[in-house]
Amino acid sequence: METLPATWDMYDLFQSFLRTPTYHLIVEVCLVLLIIKLIFSKSYKPEKTVLSEKEKDELIAEWTPEPLVPDIPEDHPIIKLMEKNIVTGPPGKYINIRNKSCINMATMNFLGMISNKTIEEEAVRCIKKYGVGSCGPRGFYGTMDVHLELESHLAKFMNCEEAIIYSYGFATISSAIPAYSKRGDIIYCDEGVSFAIQKGLAASRSEIRFFKHNDTEDLERLLIEQQQKDKKNPKKAKVTRRFIVIEGLYLNYGDICPLPKIVELKWKYKVRIFMEESFSFGVLGSSGKGVTEYYGIDIDEIDLIAASLENAISSIGGFCVGKKYVIDHQRLSGLGYCFSASQPPLLAAAATQALGILEKDPGLVTQLKENCLRVHEGLNKIEGVQIVGLPFSPVKHIRLVEPSDDRDLDIQTLELVADRSIENGVACTVARYLEKEEKFLPPPSIRIAVNCQLNSTEIDRVVTVLNDSFNQVFSL
Amino acid sequence: MAETENRTFGVVSTGNWKDSFYESFEETPLLTAILTVMCYGILVLVGHIREYFRFLEKNRGHTEPKIKGFVPLLQSWESFYTRNVYRRIRDCWNRPVGSSAGAYIDVIECHSDDYNWSLELTSKQYHVMNFGSYNYLGFSERDGPCAKAAIQSLSDNSIAVSNSRQELGYTHIHRELETKIADFLGVEDAVTFPMGFATNSMNMPCLVGKGCLLLSDELNHASLVLGSRLTGATIRVFKHNNMTDLEKKLKSAITEGQPRTHRPWKKILIVVEGVYSMEGSVVRLPEILELKKKYKAYVYLDEAHSIGALGPHGRGVTDYFGINPKEIDIMMGTFTKSFGAAGGYLGGSKELIRHFRVNSHSSIYAATVPPPVARQIISVIDIIMGKDGTEEGMKRIHQLAWNTQYMRRKLQEMGFIVYGNKDSPVVPFIVFYPTKLAAISRKALEMGLGVVVVGFPATPVIEGRVRLCMSASHTREMLDRTLGILNQLGDELNLKYSRKSLPVFKEDNSLLNLKMTSGQP
Repeated sequence: METLPATWDMYDLFQSFLRTPTYHLIVEVCLVLLIIKLIFSKSYKPEKTVLSEKEKDELIAEWTPEPLVPDIPEDHPIIKLMEKNIVTGPPGKYINIRNKSCINMATMNFLGMISNKTIEEEAVRCIKKYGVGSCGPRGFYGTMDVHLELESHLAKFMNCEEAIIYSYGFATISSAIPAYSKRGDIIYCDEGVSFAIQKGLAASRSEIRFFKHNDTEDLERLLIEQQQKDKKNPKKAKVTRRFIVIEGLYLNYGDICPLPKIVELKWKYKVRIFMEESFSFGVLGSSGKGVTEYYGIDIDEIDLIAASLENAISSIGGFCVGKKYVIDHQRLSGLGYCFSASQPPLLAAAATQALGILEKDPGLVTQLKENCLRVHEGLNKIEGVQIVGLPFSPVKHIRLVEPSDDRDLDIQTLELVADRSIENGVACTVARYLEKEEKFLPPPSIRIAVNCQLNSTEIDRVVTVLNDSFNQVFSL
Repeated sequence: MAETENRTFGVVSTGNWKDSFYESFEETPLLTAILTVMCYGILVLVGHIREYFRFLEKNRGHTEPKIKGFVPLLQSWESFYTRNVYRRIRDCWNRPVGSSAGAYIDVIECHSDDYNWSLELTSKQYHVMNFGSYNYLGFSERDGPCAKAAIQSLSDNSIAVSNSRQELGYTHIHRELETKIADFLGVEDAVTFPMGFATNSMNMPCLVGKGCLLLSDELNHASLVLGSRLTGATIRVFKHNNMTDLEKKLKSAITEGQPRTHRPWKKILIVVEGVYSMEGSVVRLPEILELKKKYKAYVYLDEAHSIGALGPHGRGVTDYFGINPKEIDIMMGTFTKSFGAAGGYLGGSKELIRHFRVNSHSSIYAATVPPPVARQIISVIDIIMGKDGTEEGMKRIHQLAWNTQYMRRKLQEMGFIVYGNKDSPVVPFIVFYPTKLAAISRKALEMGLGVVVVGFPATPVIEGRVRLCMSASHTREMLDRTLGILNQLGDELNLKYSRKSLPVFKEDNSLLNLKMTSGQP
């Protein structure tokens, strides 16, 4: 192709330029000017208020912060009560309060492991070998062989691939949940869950949907709702993890979760299950393995089981069990595991020992169940109160049948009952909650914990004392 | 005599504290930084190739299986890093121990048949010098008065009390412990908890909430970060120990108020640590208190690594700077480290502690300190305060201070890049490469030295480090042996990166040498 000479090009352009009408030229010149103006003019900015240093100093001088903490009087009822009910000696089957030996219905010492001689001897051996503290987190020379032993023992006992231990019961589930569930994930949670779980939910920053306590229909409704949302936004659905968080035996209600139905929903809607078994571990099932054993459900159906070692095992700490890939993830991502000193070796060894006792003697679990039934039957006879919780649950709540509208008044009544029964030799306590912080505040109650070592005379005494205390308080 | 002591152990109450406040963080050489990043790059690249051929592997129990319909449980990058970078050198952490965490420690050897996917314990044990545990005052002991007291409490009390404080879990031993610790700290009252981590994470929400501002040091511990997050307050982070940055943020916070609404903040809480466990730096407390007064903020001081380990009487950073502890609003600390026990405390005014007793999450929902642990703490406090009638406590405090200065000085002389304050018992030195981390950790163990190595993600990518924790139970002979090992490894692995001239500070080496030749036990 032949190219035209450049001169011709310019010439042609010039000619056409001359031929254009004047008004056109004027318009174009205006446009060019406008563009130049736009380029060089500053964009509009609202006038910024710049404070002078003097004004700033005035503001700083003026600012008065709120007091750091609210004023709590020296004679606050809870402080007074704590000092009044200060405990001497071990909180075993009997507990020493106000220089009186009371039958202990307050400590979650379900299997009577507190003051067990074999466990004590093991603890002594441990102090003589390891000292008291471990002086480091698990990662940095804080892993003693007793920790590994407890982990493998727990895994074996629960028929799981792997177990991980934490040094504090409260920190267990509240660290486990945020290790997996992150911002953008969805957690379906029972309204009745205890406070540690609520903190775990908060730490995860996931989207939390509460379903009514033990109501699987409500749960399914929420799941269906989400399924429809997923259809609209399949891209997001592909990366959103979902979890159901439940308790095995609810501390606040003394009842058991409907696990078979929940497992069914798990597979139907592809949600993972995290179950907290602090109060069912060592209690439910023929050998104390918890809710899965109670229902005869394969433990692999549950993605993660967490429990505290502070109740049936009567040590301090907690653990999670599950598949290896699930649990191992916590070893680098469980905040309370990585960044905390490990459990004092003596507590780990005590837990291993207690677990061994439970394994050798499943009769403890049966005995506990019998005692629970007996206590339940006895308490049911008290007039004016209702016993909340399943008959075989070791945690029971005694609530007023006709509560007044005033929560504080009801608590006062129950407080009086507890006080009287301590005077008469039965130690029990009103269940306490941080009323402003609880998501769904349970009604006021006296919480009873059953020990498997109680004999029938002691149980009868507990029932009589509580009955009398209630009658006395009601007749005031 | 008093004056000599003051000079030796870095009390800075007399005169200007800045004169003897020395901290150093030598910059990373550019070439090393580039090579370190490349080192990680290669690890990641190889990792990707491995992932591609993962289907060839026989044992796949440790990787997440695909379950149809389920979204993968683990985040991909996180678990990729664990599988391909951490796994290769995971024997450097979580080493099982078969003894107390004293001056020497028995590390049980681990063996792997499947490239570190799983580690099996062998019967072989390494008896090594322990420079990894936080046993600052050497109270992690198997015998002696503390262990005896702990054993006694097992029969007097119980192994544990699982009730919460408000539900009949408060015993005489707790009352005694809390009076003791308040007396030791020099505050009006104190409250204790069985886990140090939970002391922060469960109690910070009681202090601030929505409409409050938290100013947090960027290197604060995970428990403080979690606690802050649970408060619901606005969190702003200031540069590590940088008072100019803190003041700037305080000033703008008060003058501008809350974002959008411009309402004034309800309260402002400055959260700092006494000694930072990864950097070995000491908080600039006098300056923080100046700012606190000027801007009417509150101060939360976490003394996990400084209580017992710093100051002429072992009472932490306030003691170190000669500041009245009552000037700090919330004194927090743990019993895990210097006390050889477990748990944590909060100290402060009577009103503050009453608030915690009534409203803390832990007072209502969680167990109290186990009696044997409480007993151990009580007897350690008695020893530190000299109430047992011996000089043992003071001796240990002096020994730790001396050990710290000696170790830091010698490492600097050898040419290591040592981070942190000259008086901080946490002694990190930088080795940069992840490969060198593993090498030094393994070799040191074989040569009889147990050290902690820390790399990404616990530190910035280019600042992998070895951390030595000093202890009063280390003897001069042990220190020299350790220095010998590190010197050899430093040459072998080329770890002596420092290009800086030796620091000069007030209580100089003349004193150290003097002490070294004479008074040293």
